[in-house]
Amino acid sequence: MKLPVKTTINGQAHSHEVEPRLLLVHYIRETVGLTGTHVGCDTSQCGACTILMNGQAVKACTLFAVQADGATITTIEGLATNGELHPIQQGFWEKHGLQCGFCTPGMILAAHQMLERYPNPSEEQIRHQLEGNLCRCTGYHNIVKAIQWAAEQMSAAKK
Amino acid sequence: MAATERVLGKAIKRREDPRFITGKGTYVDDVKLPGTTYAVFVRSPHAHARIQKIDTTAAAGHPGVVAVFTGADMTGVNSLPCGWLLPELKVPPHMPLASDAARCVGDPVAVVIGETQEAAQDAAEKVAVTWEVLPAVTATDQATAGGSPRIHEVAPANVAFKWQIGDAAAVDAAFQGATVVKKRIVNQRLVANAMEPRACLARFDEATGDLTLWVTSQNPHVHRLLMAAFVLGIPEHKVRVIAPDVGGAFGSKIFLYNEETICSWATRKIRRPVRWTSTRREAFQTDAHGRDHVTEAEMGFDAAGKIVGLRVKTIANLGAYLSTFAPAVPTYLYATLLNGVYEMPAIHAEVTGVFTNTTPVDAYRGAGRPEAAYLLERMIEAGASVLETDTAELRRKNFIPRFDNGYQTKVALNYDSGNYEAALDRLLAVMDYRKARADQEAARQQGRLVGIGFSTYIEACSIAPSKVVGSLGAQAGLYESGKVRVHPTGGVTVYTGSHSHGQGHETTFSQLVADELGIPMEQIEIVHGDTGAVPFGMGTYGSRSGSVGGTALLMSLRKIKEKGKKIAAHLLEASPDDLEYANGQFQVKGVPGKAVPFGQVALTAYVPHNYPEGLEPGLEETSFYDPSNFCFPFGAHACVVEVDRDTGHVKVLRYIAVDDVGNVMNPMIVDGMVHGGIAQGVGQALWEGAVYDGGQLVTGSMMDYAIPRSDMLPMYETDRTVTPTPVNPLGVKGAGETGTIASTPTVVNAVIDALAPLGIDHIETMPLSPERVWTAMQGAKR
Repeated sequence: MKLPVKTTINGQAHSHEVEPRLLLVHYIRETVGLTGTHVGCDTSQCGACTILMNGQAVKACTLFAVQADGATITTIEGLATNGELHPIQQGFWEKHGLQCGFCTPGMILAAHQMLERYPNPSEEQIRHQLEGNLCRCTGYHNIVKAIQWAAEQMSAAKK
Repeated sequence: MAATERVLGKAIKRREDPRFITGKGTYVDDVKLPGTTYAVFVRSPHAHARIQKIDTTAAAGHPGVVAVFTGADMTGVNSLPCGWLLPELKVPPHMPLASDAARCVGDPVAVVIGETQEAAQDAAEKVAVTWEVLPAVTATDQATAGGSPRIHEVAPANVAFKWQIGDAAAVDAAFQGATVVKKRIVNQRLVANAMEPRACLARFDEATGDLTLWVTSQNPHVHRLLMAAFVLGIPEHKVRVIAPDVGGAFGSKIFLYNEETICSWATRKIRRPVRWTSTRREAFQTDAHGRDHVTEAEMGFDAAGKIVGLRVKTIANLGAYLSTFAPAVPTYLYATLLNGVYEMPAIHAEVTGVFTNTTPVDAYRGAGRPEAAYLLERMIEAGASVLETDTAELRRKNFIPRFDNGYQTKVALNYDSGNYEAALDRLLAVMDYRKARADQEAARQQGRLVGIGFSTYIEACSIAPSKVVGSLGAQAGLYESGKVRVHPTGGVTVYTGSHSHGQGHETTFSQLVADELGIPMEQIEIVHGDTGAVPFGMGTYGSRSGSVGGTALLMSLRKIKEKGKKIAAHLLEASPDDLEYANGQFQVKGVPGKAVPFGQVALTAYVPHNYPEGLEPGLEETSFYDPSNFCFPFGAHACVVEVDRDTGHVKVLRYIAVDDVGNVMNPMIVDGMVHGGIAQGVGQALWEGAVYDGGQLVTGSMMDYAIPRSDMLPMYETDRTVTPTPVNPLGVKGAGETGTIASTPTVVNAVIDALAPLGIDHIETMPLSPERVWTAMQGAKR
């Protein structure tokens, strides 16, 4: 038995019939073909699959695709606008916030929601908010710096 | 023409980042081929069990199943090889699919291949294995005990090897009359946990008979050689191995594993692409684990506090089978480092490698060297405690004095260059040691448990001189290749045998080429990770890419310039000897106006109308560099911790690292690797540990195995001293593992220092989890 799913991902409408057990992350990667969203674990610990669903950062492995029916989703591929990097993407580049790059899409999207909640986060807030996203390469030091850099840019742009 | 600004040594932003921050990287699981089938493995749920029967009928009849295979189907396939053979090493067979018995949880016994992942997964549950469960042994120090089950016929008492180095009699003599400190030190088992799980995609092309394997590999050529030639019996030239973007590795992706071997075999059987992507649960069970030593160590000191000798007896757990380089890790990468940065008149180490019913153990970031550094740095702190002397000063007293070209240790290695006291001095200055101790004293007055810990470490990297490792048991050379292809219009493509899985080679190697040729980085492309494009290479591990891979590249660049000089000389009607290369052009020495730019030489090489007699057209050079020695980075780390009296929770308040990795190609990248290494080492000290109970890996998921999270770690303060190596022309030593090697003892020493007022001078086993620290505090004298 397959069920219908209609989503808008990165501004584009998608309509598919999927197995009810298909996870949202596999729907995005395999059915829609957006492979920037990664799978790093099977227990919702690592956050590599973090996306924005209806504006909230969620782990796409914790939802079935059918639960996203009607949702508006942003994946890492949809964050830059007209080829211009989002300040958080820019921050990760400027501050060397990534090495192997595997956790990076999830980190960036988790940071996206963090900066909506806390436009000028302290180091402690950044670390606490990023708890759900694992990185094995950077030791988090430069990820914190990258988010601080992005926060400054975004605050300056608002003024 | 203005002098080109030097780019080597600069903190240049990474060229690979734009694709990663926009989700456009290509990891193995992102490669999609039409007609792909999905492999799911049936694995042993038991630590040790004889296979009586495998019934695949129901699975084979499941809708959407393409094929089901067991070990019995894989005729003509050989054992997975061990690539490092010690004298009298017991090498048991390690078949891709076990058919006689399973020897650890996760041991694969069948593979189900389906049209979809779901079909294969459902069918795998229908494979019925009749097990005869056998007794199992998982504990390192129990493996050889009487009554422990024998795991392999070839290895009585589960001993894989007994090995020793150094001079036992000299240590016995040295300990006469000395103050001898004795400790039992357990270096616990770790799981690498690269964020990208292992994956492979194998495709057999019926038209050509070629096999292409995309695999998460640190060394695609090694994968091809071992898998094709040794296991499957396919000629290497019919196999192409591609390791595209790889999401971290830390050693765990060096080795040839069962899964890619089976998928490569199966694609030839079913004539369709076969994919496997590890789940994290499978990763915990099957990625080679690291460390797992139990050691009795004794260090002797004379009345003046000088070390007189070191005696070490280590049991190293190798797991259920010999992983690709397993025997090298607890021997030549461990015991040869026991001289440390100290003058040691006598050393003796004996190592027993044992089989257990656990996941195989092999190299994990640092590989042997962290175990050596941890042991030495714990022992010297234990010595300081007994001698009632300052830990930093006891180290200083025992340092090997500065040397620039060679120091012969008591355990085989010849260090390249070192200035250990300078690194410690720098560290003490950066941290303001006197103030740190005063602050600690003030905190103690308030009843707080604050501690300061050090490590002054050394490591051996830039692996390795082929002749040397060959004499020690390596079944391969450890050179590296670098090919430079100059295109007619002056662009340059570089093919390197090194593999980047986070190290940023596309940036650092471009910096090297740009610097050497004086051309913009935009004109340079770095190709790696594809046996179809790159000359034979050995890959990336042991912090070897810059020093070995970079030097191979430099050699090719110099050959390019030599040939270019001949072409330019012809065009300038000058002698090649009168030319020099500066700022991207060949010019008459000291006469920048009389010059031919690099681009014109490139074009002339491919359009050789006006060309030197007897010179081959084209501008492309390949070099293989085999280092004459290892390189030996060193440094001094310190940290300040506070232990919560009520809970045993440890908080790292400050972490300071002074590393000497020789010359630095890109300080931003080196700092980044130091940060990540420290995080992994702190993880070992405080939280991480693979735990077996009743044969089961109870830390088998990210819920149970404590990978450090962002709010568990501090910002790191990094600094450097620079002592170039004389071993290679770049003067670079290697920077990938220093953080991991140094940080574990630094943190443990700090915790022990914090607990010193309670009379605690040692905790045998890491991680120093709250429970373990709390228990130690409850049992303390004061």
